[in-house]
Amino acid sequence: MSDARLSVFKTYKLYVGGKFPRSESGRVYEVTDSKGNWLANAPQSSRKDARDAVVAARKAFGGWSSATAYLRGQILYRVAEMLEGRREQFVREVADAEGLSKSKAAAVVDATIDRWVWYAGWTDKVAQVVGGANPVAGPFFNLSTPEPTGVVTVVAPQESSFLGLVSVVAPAIAAGNTVVVIASEKSPLPALSLGEVLATSDLPGGVVNVLSGNTRELALPLAAHQDVNGLDLAGADADLAKDLEIAAADNLKRVLRPQAVETDADFTAAPGTHRLTHFLETKTVWHPTGSLGASGSAY
Amino acid sequence: MDAVGLEARAAALGTRSIKTSAKAYAIDLAISMIDLTTLEGADTAGKVRALGAKAVHPDPTDRTTPRTAAVCVYPDMVATAKQAVAGTDVKVASVATAFPAGRAALDVKLADVRDAVAAGADEIDMVIDRGAFLSGDFMKVYEEIVAVKEASGQARLKVIFETGELSTYDNIRRASWIGMLAGADFIKTSTGKVGVNATPANTLLMLEAVRDFRAQTGVQVGVKPAGGIRTSKDAIKFLVLVNETAGADWLDNHWFRFGASSLLNDLLMQRQKLATGRYSGPDYVTVD
Repeated sequence: MSDARLSVFKTYKLYVGGKFPRSESGRVYEVTDSKGNWLANAPQSSRKDARDAVVAARKAFGGWSSATAYLRGQILYRVAEMLEGRREQFVREVADAEGLSKSKAAAVVDATIDRWVWYAGWTDKVAQVVGGANPVAGPFFNLSTPEPTGVVTVVAPQESSFLGLVSVVAPAIAAGNTVVVIASEKSPLPALSLGEVLATSDLPGGVVNVLSGNTRELALPLAAHQDVNGLDLAGADADLAKDLEIAAADNLKRVLRPQAVETDADFTAAPGTHRLTHFLETKTVWHPTGSLGASGSAY
Repeated sequence: MDAVGLEARAAALGTRSIKTSAKAYAIDLAISMIDLTTLEGADTAGKVRALGAKAVHPDPTDRTTPRTAAVCVYPDMVATAKQAVAGTDVKVASVATAFPAGRAALDVKLADVRDAVAAGADEIDMVIDRGAFLSGDFMKVYEEIVAVKEASGQARLKVIFETGELSTYDNIRRASWIGMLAGADFIKTSTGKVGVNATPANTLLMLEAVRDFRAQTGVQVGVKPAGGIRTSKDAIKFLVLVNETAGADWLDNHWFRFGASSLLNDLLMQRQKLATGRYSGPDYVTVD
């Protein structure tokens, strides 16, 4: 027998509702590395795939948003563990996608895994930071608690195909939202591989749904979709961002604009809590204490 | 019956692509064919009134939406339902004959039917005695249907076979003929209370039965698949089966019905999508 093996090519597929479907349309498009060499064919999703992803995200929302913050943190940490195990693969994919040397790509992947761990730690702390007891003049406890916005569509950064992706997806799900993410159009492979990691990390199916394809074609119906509650424009250029904001206005989606017109933000910097707290709603409750109020009136 | 052929044909007809204006037509037709149903132990008069209001105005934001064909309730809720749809062409259907099991003496079943008719039911949905059918006592099944038909008077009679309990396609075919010979105005797949309810294959089979029955006797009988039809896509597949099997004569809510509850919301969301171009969501239809 000769030493030559037949090569085993990987079929990159979408990640929707915990499953790995091909695009409903049957379309694929060629993904190349930074020098233009063919890497793989990625699914070119249709708006029907986008709709299916929203249905999956909505279905997963009840369970994920009502899971305890502690459990969400444990599961997100588990994702980081699985990422660590696939480190070599992601280093290769990021190096190809972004034209980095192996060592630079390794630094990006390490930063990505650390980012994921960082957000995993936030799940049971965010309520203390943005919620709490409010002082009021009356015999009431007045408490504000953050609640997740709902189904969030994320347009992932176009240049930073892995660190950027995780930097926008992880905060949304750490806060208890479910996500439909449109991967970087020219470098979708790390995002599609991330789906394989999520599928083996106790993360319930549908909490994160990964679509690849033409960003504009997918983002427009998602921005107009009446069952999507939030929209992160991280990877939308100025033209697209404007169209998406108009489409999103109809049902008053919570929109996160790209800072200035940066499609290539620096995701290596410390992220802060900006994204973590953006897709949260504040619920405030008044609870009668039953004791005498400041005015002396009895209830 | 050729089970493989039947299922293959039902599956093949389910692959038709129905888009744009044809889809709009199919959605409106499907809405007009729904027997909007609530058959729960926890039903209240308030819930039945809400159901009636929804049957009359399925989408209050768009008055061009057609009404559903009927509301379907238990006999003790018929009077309430009748009030809720008063002054419209929405019918009130009532299940009877010890629904869903059908395990009661004939006198009790007939009293159940008379009670529903007296309360004003326009249509009666009866269940056959599956125990008698499966033990080969077809005459008992036949005579019971005849007796219930007589007790129903002017009300149209739908005969439920509970196809999920009949085991074979041959049995469904046989039950269809017994039902039609005994005077059923509609033959209906299931109660919605067992694991297997309406499927494209068993509905196709019943559509072939009503087609053949009309060819032989000149009498037209309606078909009602019930249970498990939840999406517009499913409903449209059934409409294709109707058109391709029984023919366009059955594409009318006098001859074809869907027994469903959650289906209506999906049809309304699809209708909103066609009207606005935006995908709709559950926030824009009622919580039932």
